[in-house]
Parts: sequence; structure tokens; C-alpha cells
Amino acid sequence: MMSLTPQEHAFLEKKIGRKPTPVELQIVAAEWSEHCSYKSSKKHLKLLPREGTRIISGPGYDSGVLDVGDGYVITVHIESHNHPSAVEPYGGAATGVGGVIRDILSTGTRPIAILDGLRFGDIEKDPHARWLFKNAVRGIADYGNCLGIPTVGGEIEFDKCFTNYALVGVAAIGFGKKDKLIKNRADKDDFVVLIGGSTGRDGIGGSQFASDKLESENRSAVQIPDPFIEKLVIEAILEARNQHCIKALKDLGGGGLSCAVSEIADVLSVGIEMDVARIHKRESSMSPTELMVSESQERMLVITDRQKLPILKKICEKFRVPYSVIGRIKEDRMMQVKVETNTIANLPNSVIANAPLLDRSSSKPKYLKKIEEIKKPNTPKVLTETLLRMLANPNIASKIWVYSQYDHEVGIRTVVKPGHDASVLRLDNGKFLSVKIDGNSKHCYINPRQGAMGCFEEACRNVVCTGATPIGMVDHLQFGNPEDPEIFWTFKESLEGISELAKYLEIPCVGGKVSFYNETNNGPIKPTPLIGVLGLIVKKPLYPQKVSKNDLLVIVGETKDELGGSEYYEYIHDIIGGNCPTVDMKSSKLNQQIVLDLINQDLVNSAHDCSKGGIGVAISELCITNNVGCVISIDKIPAKKFKPDVILFSETHSRYLLVIDPKNINKTKSILEQSNAPFAIIGKFSGTGIMFRNKAKTIANLSIDKALGKWLNSLELLVTHG
Amino acid sequence: MKVAVVVFPGSNCDRDMHYVFSDVFKLKTELVWHTDELPKNIDAIVLPGGFSYGDRLRAGVIAAHSPVISEIKKMAEKRMPILGVCNGFQILVEAGLLPGALLKNTSLTFMCKWTEIIVKNNKTPFTNKLKLNQRIPIAIANGEGRYYADKETLKLLKKNNQIVFTYAEEVNGASLDIAGICNKQRNVVGMMPHPERSAESIINPKNSKPASLIFESLLNTLGVA
Repeated sequence: MMSLTPQEHAFLEKKIGRKPTPVELQIVAAEWSEHCSYKSSKKHLKLLPREGTRIISGPGYDSGVLDVGDGYVITVHIESHNHPSAVEPYGGAATGVGGVIRDILSTGTRPIAILDGLRFGDIEKDPHARWLFKNAVRGIADYGNCLGIPTVGGEIEFDKCFTNYALVGVAAIGFGKKDKLIKNRADKDDFVVLIGGSTGRDGIGGSQFASDKLESENRSAVQIPDPFIEKLVIEAILEARNQHCIKALKDLGGGGLSCAVSEIADVLSVGIEMDVARIHKRESSMSPTELMVSESQERMLVITDRQKLPILKKICEKFRVPYSVIGRIKEDRMMQVKVETNTIANLPNSVIANAPLLDRSSSKPKYLKKIEEIKKPNTPKVLTETLLRMLANPNIASKIWVYSQYDHEVGIRTVVKPGHDASVLRLDNGKFLSVKIDGNSKHCYINPRQGAMGCFEEACRNVVCTGATPIGMVDHLQFGNPEDPEIFWTFKESLEGISELAKYLEIPCVGGKVSFYNETNNGPIKPTPLIGVLGLIVKKPLYPQKVSKNDLLVIVGETKDELGGSEYYEYIHDIIGGNCPTVDMKSSKLNQQIVLDLINQDLVNSAHDCSKGGIGVAISELCITNNVGCVISIDKIPAKKFKPDVILFSETHSRYLLVIDPKNINKTKSILEQSNAPFAIIGKFSGTGIMFRNKAKTIANLSIDKALGKWLNSLELLVTHG
Repeated sequence: MKVAVVVFPGSNCDRDMHYVFSDVFKLKTELVWHTDELPKNIDAIVLPGGFSYGDRLRAGVIAAHSPVISEIKKMAEKRMPILGVCNGFQILVEAGLLPGALLKNTSLTFMCKWTEIIVKNNKTPFTNKLKLNQRIPIAIANGEGRYYADKETLKLLKKNNQIVFTYAEEVNGASLDIAGICNKQRNVVGMMPHPERSAESIINPKNSKPASLIFESLLNTLGVA
């Protein structure tokens, strides 16, 4: 079913001093797959800064843990389920949610929020992309809603490079008491218990996913979702945690039991002896290998002792969660797999859990040279129609059709709801958590390093707009085949960029995931790193207040000629190339700080970041969502002398739009002046029209109603009638 | 005075409901697992929202056959205030404690949004502090929330003043825009919208006061307000 490369085969034989048995080979192949072992990326991931005063590290944690004070912690993790979602979007996306939720659960914290980052082809022209999009959204909704975990945010991008493909990245957040974190330890003779759904033939070889033929049946490697059993598993595990029944905990994900058992045993420096005959199965005829590598969902591995085992069983019975005691802890650091008394695999955990790492070669892609120079488009004198088209662009239009299908209120923590910059959740210690994920494959294609830094910067900006200070980040790096040196170069560049900015902004990386081999029939996807940022608010969040007539519009940050990879170039003019926005780290830090200062001094009514679609779109969004017009003088915007389309649509980073009450404007001005951050008062809210003026000339003029119609309804119309 | 919040496998608003009753409105509240007996000293019962039994077969239908339901039926006969919210409403309907049925929304999708409902009966244990025709900004989140009843039943509902809440706008295609109803005796109330998500100003983007009156009505009924 699965295979090792000849080099890996030789390495394995040398390590164990004999030929592996067929079952051993499958166990190792599952664990040594790129998905589980990170063999291509591991050496490079060391670049990311992982130290910080809030970071709590424990052995074997599958998610990052951050101390948020008063005895409470936040946990966070991000994963993707791209290949399955491209084949079966409903089940693939749903099980993507389930998998990352169990990572949060495995630290002993309750999952409190989900965010998702989705990528599909051109849904305007491609009905298959629409089908993938609709069903992935439904899969996430059905799973998350049933669990009662709110999906509070995310982002979506459509691009031709994802034709016949889908990226489904899911981030999850957990919350709990620090003293209830699972400590992960094990002693000789402790019991290994498999809890949750039955083990079936779904998801076999999922971690290697090559739709291998299986016993001549054409079964999919996509797992079958069952959110109801996941909900019961969550409640059973949390109750077992409360009753101190869990010494160590591990979720089952890619590679199934093979990976979960070997990894936990390796981390805890113990051995595990297990009997596959004891596993509760969906189909009685499953072979030992199938049982070891099945990726059936909704399963957790618990290590408990003799004294607590009866209590654990009782808890499972209360929730009617199936379980089986599959093994015992030994001292020999071996993973011994038996069928009743017959041993079928006996390998050192350290060998299984530590794949030989690779040094992939890298070289700068040739395409980058080609797209450096582009022919600049002619700018029409009036940009009204262009702006309207931009607002209807699926990458920019409101995603209300998506997030209204997600229960984003359950848990009664959601203070700032989806549809704003970042979402804010209240925590039990009176503080607030702000969360956002961002990605931009168009920027990353043109400049993998700056594009990736930009996604990170954008997520920071969004979190800052709610009044939060970034305290941690997660990165999800999605690329094509790493064996291609040009692709590997884009991976390294992105990673270096993210690491550089993380160090500069002192935001530690608390978790992440690498997903390679994202290839379509037409070649690799564009580099698509996805960055999640967590921010903490100690006092109160900036809840976007209704904009009133005569409020003033202030911009912080300089606008540069950076239309490369912009929605304006790609969507309006079909141009791929040019200068993509770069992150000036000094301005990034300064502008974040000054905006937070202004928010903390209660001078800001509402803050909004400029990203996709530039200032033109960002200001329109402010007007639309507040149902008030604005007259904007684009000549006042801090920038060199550029054409109006550059000013309106350039996607330069580190820019913020602030809505300021006239009575606060003088104080705001003086603080901004002292900070040396570029800023200007560029408009005043009133009336029912969004009017951009360049001195006396009107550059664009649209009515709120018309803009609202385009922005709010385009996506839904496209999906339901397109 | 004590409220029991009944928890079924798959309930997921139980903890929210418990928090609002106990921490916001300071009423003694106990979560009761569906196979346990109802505590002896309770004064009201709440069936919270969620996906009991994963909504298998039909929302609420399996939970409606839990052992605890027969006890709840006895309490209903004794005129104890009983509130079912969202999945809790679906369970009350499936258990025959309230008439009608809840069908898939006309949008055919799950919908989570803020809307307004209008008080049509302020003589129930959960609405007596509200004014007739008062508007309540409230959160809704459901896939099968479209109230349906045949003409005869609707006529009876009107005649007996059993319509408790209606939507102020077209939301899901419900018969007569019904958002909540009560039994003839008015002690059993079922509603699709979520008052527990709407009664605190920090999470209600509009106005939390009206929704908080749903809880204060119960306090009033129980004589603790």
C-alpha cells in the first residue's frame, strides 16, 4: 500500500539490523510520510522563534500553549485537509475541522473557536470550483455547528491556480486552566486505551494519499466525518481530565495508530505493547496493517493507570463512547504490535518516530524573472465602475454567505463577530482574545518572502484593529512538490521571511504545519502560507462603533506603488507581476504601536486595515457597513506622486484607517505627529455617496446603496445562481 | 429556587444556558444528564440548544424518547415552567408537549444571524416582564428552524393565544412567522432563537435588555425578583 524510498529502506534495515516485516514496513511508511515526519521541512523550521514568556511547553503537545494570566491558558493549532477536500469537499473539510479540534483537546483544553482559510479556483467561471466551495463550507458548518464550537473567522481566496483543487486550512483555539493541562507521563504497566469512533477502512493511507488501490476495491482515502461522536469524545475526555484519569493523551490523525502510539511512546521514553485484536472495529475482516494505518476519525489515545482505568471506563460508558484497552506501557522503548499472542511488529519507537531528514535542494524559480516587468495598464479617468467591479470581486465581496452558515455565537464568547477585521472572544479571566488568519497567494507567487511576511503583517494589523497586542502566531505553509528545487526555494523564502518578521516583532511561533505536494493537473499551486495571529486584550476590545455623520477619517501609514499581485491588477486587468507589497519592519512595528496607543486612549471609534483592494475597497467597506457616505481627498494620502489607481488600489502593508470623533481629532493628531508615523486626515463622513476626489477632480463616486448591493450580495448570487 | 438544564448527548448550549442562569441572573442552576433523575427540588426546566444525537433521523426526535422526557411530561402537567430553546424546542415538539413541527429553513442552509422577534403573548412564565408587541433583538442559529403547523393547528394556536414570539422580518419561511409558541396552559414555551446568547450587552450587538427580560420573567414567576 505505502512505500519507502530505497534509501529509506536501507536506512531502516541498518537501524534495526534486519528486514522489516510487512506490517512494520507499513507502520514506518505511514510515520515517515512527508505529512507525518516533516522530513523535507524539519531542518528549516528551526528558524522560527519559539521562545516567549507566555509559552508553556510540555512533552508531546500537539498544539501551542500560551499563558494568558490568572491561571488560564490558550491553546492553538492549525492543520489542513487539502487532498481529501479536493476529492470529497464535504467530508474532507469536515474531518479537517475534527482533526485540529482533537489537537486542542489533547492538551486537556476545551476547544472554543475555529477559523478557516479556504482556497478554490475561479468560482465565477468554473462550476467545479463552485461545487468544491459550496460543499467545503457546508462540511465545515455541519461539523463545527454540531460540536458547538463557534467558527468565528477566516479568509477565502479564489485563484485559477487552485483549479480542480482546494485548500482547506483550519485553525482551532482552546481555553482552559493551566493546572488542568495534561502533563503527559507514563509508567510501566499503565494502560493504553483507544477511545472514540470505531476503526474502519476509511482514510487508509491518507497520510500518503495516492489513492492506492486497496484490495481491488476503489476506496477513497478520505475519512468519514461523524461530529456527534466527536462531541461525545470531547465531553468524555474533559470529564476524564476533571477526574484525573488521564496521564497522557494523544489524538489520532495522519498515520492513525502507527503514528499516535510510536510518537507518544517516543516522547515519553517508554515502550508500548499493543494487541490489534482488541481494537473496536467497524469491519471485522480488517487486517492488522489496515488497523495500524487507518485514519478513521474521532479517536483519542489515553494512557491511564490501574487505579483510574475503571473510572475512565465508567465515563466512556456514561457518554456511550466506545473504547478498548489495547495495550500496556513497558520500559523497553519498543513498539510491539501483536495479534493476540503473535507478535507482528517490534520496532524501537525512536526509529519509527524519527524519519531520516532530507536536505532538499533549492533554486530560484525562473518564472520570477519573467513577471518582474509588466506593461502598466491604462488608467481610466473615472474609477467608479472599476471600484464597483472590485467590490463585487469574489475575493473582496462580503463573505456573509459563508459565515452565516457557521454558528459563530455558540459558547457565548464572541464579542466581535465575523465580518470585521479580527474576531474577539471573551475569556473567563476578564481578558479578551483576538484572532485572525490571513493568506495571499497572489502576493506570495510574485514574491514568496515578502508575500509571506505580508500575510503575517496583515493578520497582525487585523488583530491590532480590535485593540489587541499580538502574543503568538501559527504558520501553515502550503506548497507544491518539495522535490522540485524551485518550489522548495519558495518554501524556504517564505519561511525565512516569516521568521525574520516574527523575531523583529517578538511574536513567537506557537505552532504550525507544513503541507507539500499541493499539485493540480496544471501544476503546483501558488505558494500559500497562511498565518494566524493571536492577540490579547487586557481591558476592553475596540468594538467597531457606528460611524456618525461628521466623523473624520484618518489614515496611518504610507501608500507605495505596489500593485503587483493586487486584486486590481489580477481581477481587473489580468496582469500577473510587478512590484508586490513589501513589509517595512520598522514601519510595521511603529504603526502597530501607535494605533494601539490611540485605541487604548479611547480616541478611536473604529479601526480598519487596508489589504485586498487597497484604500478604495477599505474605505468603501467602512461606508457600506455603516451606511454613511464619505468624501475622501486622495491627494492628502501620504504617498509619493502616483496615479489615482495606484493610490486607490495598491495593497501596501502597515496601513490603518481610523474613524475619529471630531472632538478627539486634535489629541489624535498631536499623538500621531509625535510618533513620526506618516498619517493624514483624508476624509469626512456624511451623505449617501462614497466620493474619492483628487483636488478638484472626482476620481470615483458611488452611492452607498449600489456599493452595498455589489459587495453584500455578489458571492451569494454567484453561488446560488451562478 | 432552582432551574434544571437537561443535557442530552449532543446538547451544546447547556453550558451557555447554565452560565446565564447562574452567573448573570444568579439563579441556582443544575445541569442534569438525560439518564439521571430530575432533582427533587427544582422549580423550572430548560432544554437547551444543540444537536442532540447529532440530529440523526430528525432534529430532536431521538432525545424526545429519553427517559427524562416522561418525567418532564409529568412536570409539565404540574404546570412547572419549562423552556425549550432551539434543539430544546424541537425536542418539545417531537415529544408532543408542543404542537407543530420544525422543518428545514427555506434557504436550505444553516443560518446564524441576529434578528428581532416580537412578543405576542406576555402571559407566560418567560414573557411576563415583557410588553405585548415589544421587540427583542436576538440571535438565531439553526438549520431546521422553520415552524410549521397545519391550518387547523394554526387556527387553534391563534385562538388559544399560544403564539409567543413572531419574527419581525422574513427569516426562514415559518408559518405565520412563528418564532416561539406555548402550550394551552402556557407553562411550556418553545422558541428557536437563543435568549441565552442575547441577554448580555457585551455579546448582543444591538440591545440586550429585552432578551434579559425573558430570564427576569422567570425570576418574577418564581418570586425571586
